[in-house]
Amino acid sequence: MSQINRLKGGLVNRGNAMSFTWNGKSMSGFEGDTLASALLANGERLVGRSFKYHRPRGIFSSGAEEPNALVQLRKGAAQEPNTRATVAELFDGLEATSQNHRGPLAWDLMSVTDLMAPFFGAGFYYKTFMWPAKLWEKLYEPAIRASAGLGRLSKKPDPDVYDHGFLHCDLLITGAGPAGLAAAMVAAKAGLRVIIADEDFLPGGRLNAETFEVDGQPGPSWAAAKAAELADMPNVRFMTRTTVYGAFDHGIYGLLERKTDHLAESGGKPRQILWRVYTKRSLLCAGSTERAIAFANNERPGVMLAGAVRDYVNRYGVTPGQKVAVFTNNDDGARTADDLKAQEVDVSAVIDTRKGQYVAEAKGRRGLKAIVLGDGSVVEADCLAVSGGWSPNVHLTCHQRGRPSWNDEIAGFVPGGELPPGMTVAGAANGAMTLGAALASGVAAAKAAVKDLTGKSPRASAPKAGDETYEVQPYWEVPNLKGRAWVDLQNDVTTKDIRLSQKEGFRSVELLKRYSTLGMATDQGKTSNVLGLAVLAEAAGKSIPETGTTIFRPPYTPVPMGAFAGRARGQDFRPVRKTPSHNWAAENGADFVEVGMWLRAQWFKRPGEKGWRDSVDREVEMTRKSVGICDVTTLGKIDIQGRDAAEFLNRIYSNPFLKVPVGKVRYGLMLREDGICYDDGTTARLSENHFVMTTTTANAVLVFRNMEFARQCLWPDLDVHLISTTDGWAQFAVAGPNSRALLSKVVDDLDLSNEGFPFMACSECTVFGGFPARLFRISFSGELAYEIAVPARYGDSMIRGLMKAGEEFDVTPYGTEALGVMRIEKGHAAGNELNGQTTAAMLGLGGMVSKKKDSIGSKLSEREGMNREDDMRLMGFHPVDKADKLDAGAHFLTQGDPEDMAHDQGWMTSVAYSPELGHSIGLGFIKRGKDRVGEVVRAFDPVRGKDTKVVITSAHHIDPEGDRQRG
Amino acid sequence: MIINHPLLGPRDAAEFVYKGDVGLIDRPDGMSDDLDTFHDYAYLRDNPAGEHQELWYHEQGDRSWLVVTRSTLTHEITKVELARDVARARGRSS
Amino acid sequence: MKYSAWQVFKEGLTGNKGWKPVWREPEPKAEYDVVIVGGGGHGLSTAYYLAKEFGVTNVCVVEKGWLGGGNIGRNTTIIRSNYLLEGNQPFYEKSLKLWEGLEQDFNYNAMVSQRSIINLIHSDAQRDAFARRANAMRLSGADSEILDKAGIMKACPFLDFDNARFPIQGALRQKRGGTVRHDAVAWGYARGADERGVDILQNCEMTGFIRDKDGAVVGVETAKGQIRAKKVAVCVAGSSSRVMSMAGMRLPIESHVLQAFVSEGLKPIIPGVITFGAGHFYVSQSDKGGLVFGGDIDGYNTYAQRGNLPVVEDVCEGGMAIMPMIGRARLLRMWGGIMDMSMDGSPFITKTDIPGLYFNGGWCYGGFKATPASGYCYAHLLATDRMHEVATQFRLDRFRRGLPIDEKGQGAQPNLH
Repeated sequence: MSQINRLKGGLVNRGNAMSFTWNGKSMSGFEGDTLASALLANGERLVGRSFKYHRPRGIFSSGAEEPNALVQLRKGAAQEPNTRATVAELFDGLEATSQNHRGPLAWDLMSVTDLMAPFFGAGFYYKTFMWPAKLWEKLYEPAIRASAGLGRLSKKPDPDVYDHGFLHCDLLITGAGPAGLAAAMVAAKAGLRVIIADEDFLPGGRLNAETFEVDGQPGPSWAAAKAAELADMPNVRFMTRTTVYGAFDHGIYGLLERKTDHLAESGGKPRQILWRVYTKRSLLCAGSTERAIAFANNERPGVMLAGAVRDYVNRYGVTPGQKVAVFTNNDDGARTADDLKAQEVDVSAVIDTRKGQYVAEAKGRRGLKAIVLGDGSVVEADCLAVSGGWSPNVHLTCHQRGRPSWNDEIAGFVPGGELPPGMTVAGAANGAMTLGAALASGVAAAKAAVKDLTGKSPRASAPKAGDETYEVQPYWEVPNLKGRAWVDLQNDVTTKDIRLSQKEGFRSVELLKRYSTLGMATDQGKTSNVLGLAVLAEAAGKSIPETGTTIFRPPYTPVPMGAFAGRARGQDFRPVRKTPSHNWAAENGADFVEVGMWLRAQWFKRPGEKGWRDSVDREVEMTRKSVGICDVTTLGKIDIQGRDAAEFLNRIYSNPFLKVPVGKVRYGLMLREDGICYDDGTTARLSENHFVMTTTTANAVLVFRNMEFARQCLWPDLDVHLISTTDGWAQFAVAGPNSRALLSKVVDDLDLSNEGFPFMACSECTVFGGFPARLFRISFSGELAYEIAVPARYGDSMIRGLMKAGEEFDVTPYGTEALGVMRIEKGHAAGNELNGQTTAAMLGLGGMVSKKKDSIGSKLSEREGMNREDDMRLMGFHPVDKADKLDAGAHFLTQGDPEDMAHDQGWMTSVAYSPELGHSIGLGFIKRGKDRVGEVVRAFDPVRGKDTKVVITSAHHIDPEGDRQRG
Repeated sequence: MIINHPLLGPRDAAEFVYKGDVGLIDRPDGMSDDLDTFHDYAYLRDNPAGEHQELWYHEQGDRSWLVVTRSTLTHEITKVELARDVARARGRSS
Repeated sequence: MKYSAWQVFKEGLTGNKGWKPVWREPEPKAEYDVVIVGGGGHGLSTAYYLAKEFGVTNVCVVEKGWLGGGNIGRNTTIIRSNYLLEGNQPFYEKSLKLWEGLEQDFNYNAMVSQRSIINLIHSDAQRDAFARRANAMRLSGADSEILDKAGIMKACPFLDFDNARFPIQGALRQKRGGTVRHDAVAWGYARGADERGVDILQNCEMTGFIRDKDGAVVGVETAKGQIRAKKVAVCVAGSSSRVMSMAGMRLPIESHVLQAFVSEGLKPIIPGVITFGAGHFYVSQSDKGGLVFGGDIDGYNTYAQRGNLPVVEDVCEGGMAIMPMIGRARLLRMWGGIMDMSMDGSPFITKTDIPGLYFNGGWCYGGFKATPASGYCYAHLLATDRMHEVATQFRLDRFRRGLPIDEKGQGAQPNLH
């Protein structure tokens, strides 16, 4: 189809025609077009529907501020909702569809809501849909939700990848328009490391949209030349298609660079890069955004911002209409008419409010046909270029504490309050609304930055350009309004809505926004906020500055979630830590489970085993009968050395540690300062001044952090040093009656007899003929058991060597499940019991909190509430009917008591099937537990529909005397 | 945010773990001080709107505990010290 | 003026000219029975229930900015009663029950939407902990379910069940959980309180307490002059430490920023509230179509209502980890609210040691869902000088007595709650 609105000239590449589809219809445009300019070139005026009333809408702007022309781009998983056609670069094969309508775009069934508009004023939904209450979720809300929302997600995983990057610079310049380019030249020539970023793919800003000259050249040529010069300089990073979306603390800025959005396929390359930029100074040259004037039906397709009309005519060589009228309160009007006439487009009228003229109403439902003037005359027009003046883009200045201030001369808000530290503002963003002023302010700002950073004053003068006139007379809403005049086009907020909100008491700007939804749409009110404020001020009989200000929150324009997430998704969401025996385990049937970042073997499946229970039961039985091996590397390991190491540990652990003999291991209990147990483990004294601590897997990092705090902040003069060796040593539990025999084959020259190496002994030693190792006789399983550690690089060899050595004993590897079964059988507390809510007394370890010394948490553990007689105790539980399976999370109720919170007796923390006892067993906390052994209580589990009678036992289900581990 | 580590220079705050008010250095003595003193130490901390001295731990770095003086209104950091030095200055010798 | 479909219809036919201001803009009287400091959600609901349930109508609310401008205006709108501990669960269940009748009670549509809240389960230990919680909920009369993997796949088929770093094994679901249009809650309570005679004073910053010779609090200094009161009820979460320090009190509270986020509007895609149990992410979808989501607090003391990028990225990583379909949805706006982070993660509704001074705060990031019960119980305390039975443990001296209400088991480390 021919491009009926294509003019001559412009900055598009006519040598490269591109075809695309719009709602399935094939069209063509050129390289350098946006989807919006191409649609206009093809005569498409109706491009979307508004949010609330489903009013027909056309392209309103030519940039990121677009409220109307939101489309769905691409197909399949790459489908991208709510894309502004005004910033979507055209590529060959682009597919776009309109959104938020039922039935064809031109015949949206939902547009019936527009007829209901009298009943759908601001906040109407707060006043109705209340009866009957049940219908809200069933009827009202689904209907509202279905009609609300804009585009659709594909419901498929985002097929693209996103990268994160980090950059540093002296000066970040936001915007490569005239002010930004002029500033960058000065700063770059002075040797600063400069990053200049512009959201557009073509540098130059408004220079590309206007017909101005700089230094005697056409504006676009000057911009292109300066951009090329800057891009060649080694100290400059010139970033196009890059939005500075936010200003964060300490000179950190967030940038989004679009790498492949202008291509048909990303080809495996990152679609976008999210840059975090660390700056010494920043200069905001973000330009300004035009705003509209309120008159009846001022949002008909064909009504467009005047600056956008010039942009389409001059930059893209496209006219938005064949017969264009202009409505303005400033000098833009004449310029718009001139630019159109230069391209031989028919200009049907220029209506200038400064001459007392105004547009009363726009005519034409699906596209502008005519305008009615204040005097009643009718002017034919298929496009109306509107300018209500320009608002500086102060957004980034507000991201911290800045509050813009009103400037009467330009009738707009300029940066005010506290700007982000290090930020200055130049050009139109700072209220320098003419080209000459913008260039001069850019140069001046850059000189100031250079002086500030280097102490030198560069010599530079601003490029030469004329100062076109910019005289503006505030003009917000036409008089004698008939019908509705829109302020926020996307959210369908009219001047009536603002007045109603004001009348109903929503008088603060913030209340107005929330009640009327003004400025809350995807454009965040870029074209509407100031107009809305002006209408509110007028309704309240106040000035704009008295009424309030508009502030902005990041991001400047919306940023895809995928970009913020970067590569951290799927399996790469978090790093994976593998144990030293991981490869061996994988080769031997291990089933792995996530434990924090770690992957651990939870069981090892052998041929013929039907379910996990078969494997786990076997591992437990074989370990208890002969010997089993488990990789326990994930336990935290902390190396503690120094003359005061014992004294330090004595203050960290609640039980005494001063007199641990060399060559011995002691179990230690750690409290938080608030007296609650948070970790336990064993600490071995390898020599007088050298200890090795183990912590639980979950708390390895936290315990180390807390110990460093104690070392550096509480007792800075103790001679003690800490290092985490969790990853440095591979450690294996070797447990079972044959563990001694197995290890005797592995360990060199060490007397492993019960006398030579008794329970809780430890030693440094060698294995397999000279490899360094540490041996600890400790037991989590309750069996005769050891843990042996070798430097992590030998971990793989070690597991293979241990397994080979154990063949004659039919050694079994066991995983975390069997480990868990054995510790529950033995009655050891683990994560489910050490959950940060339990006291030592609850765990039956009250005696371990020494009263004879000060240790972390010992004092606050004395508080009355933590030492109640009726407090919970950790106990064991057996089902009365041995066939019953217990479940963790059941609550205990005394038989005959009501089932309510007041009668809650405690809860089951951990359960397992005990192969040795032949039935399910549990651990749990129950009130006054130690006095209730033998009592039958209910394990009440309504969420799983269970209610099981259990008998309270000792927590030590097997070998309560500990004979096995000492044997 | 950026914390200017006294030994390592400027580092992104994401490398650090935050603990809180510097008063956590002033731990009472469990043998000589009473429960109320411990309660106040553990639970009642400075929470000013303005300059705040606070403990940060360089977990993804050299494992130094630092005392950072930072405004809770603007986030401006005016001083960074090694917590060990601060602790000694506050009288915490063993 | 009673709101109804009929009223909306009638006004629509007559040009919407008859709507009246939702609240008055009164001048302060010299003295009230109760002065509530803080015109946020909790302050307004306290005023409402004082007037409606306890007949105490000689009440004013002083608010330094615009009503509802605190955390009621900047939260992620979730309601639920999926708590664990005896000190909390009955209170939040009371709150949920109040939510359920709220709109008819105050004749304002706050869009209480019980579309369920789902907490994903990724490990056996998590399942055990959630089972314990689910049963505690049942014991307090709340609803709860544990979904297995098939159940969660049916409820949320769009989650990543194929390639997740932390596979989804199930979920805790409370069907009565959901979301509420947060601003409307403030407006509804304000309207209801105003109708019953409560004076709401916007732009009226409280600058100090008036004390009598015995030290009792007998009123407040404000930007609009002295206002005397028999009881002064502070309710300024986020600024609690600042305000109570004017009475010389130190609180077991730190101020932290919690960031929240909303995406561009999208057609319905998320059914209720979903929280990710192995990362820091929770999400719901508003009636307007925006995905409303958040994660962890930034973690440092601050009074600035803004956060920083590491947490933004962390939150979005969590989102992409469970729902990689949201990669092409765009984050539209980020903001921050200042939280009263208490030392055990639980709140305070309590008398103080100073006669005449009452305190409500320490809500951490759970304040929104508590709005009705917080107001109700605070009103009960102010009217009767006795704690309501579901809020007896929210005392300031609970740490001194060794009775923290620590749902997460993190101890006196506010940024971990």
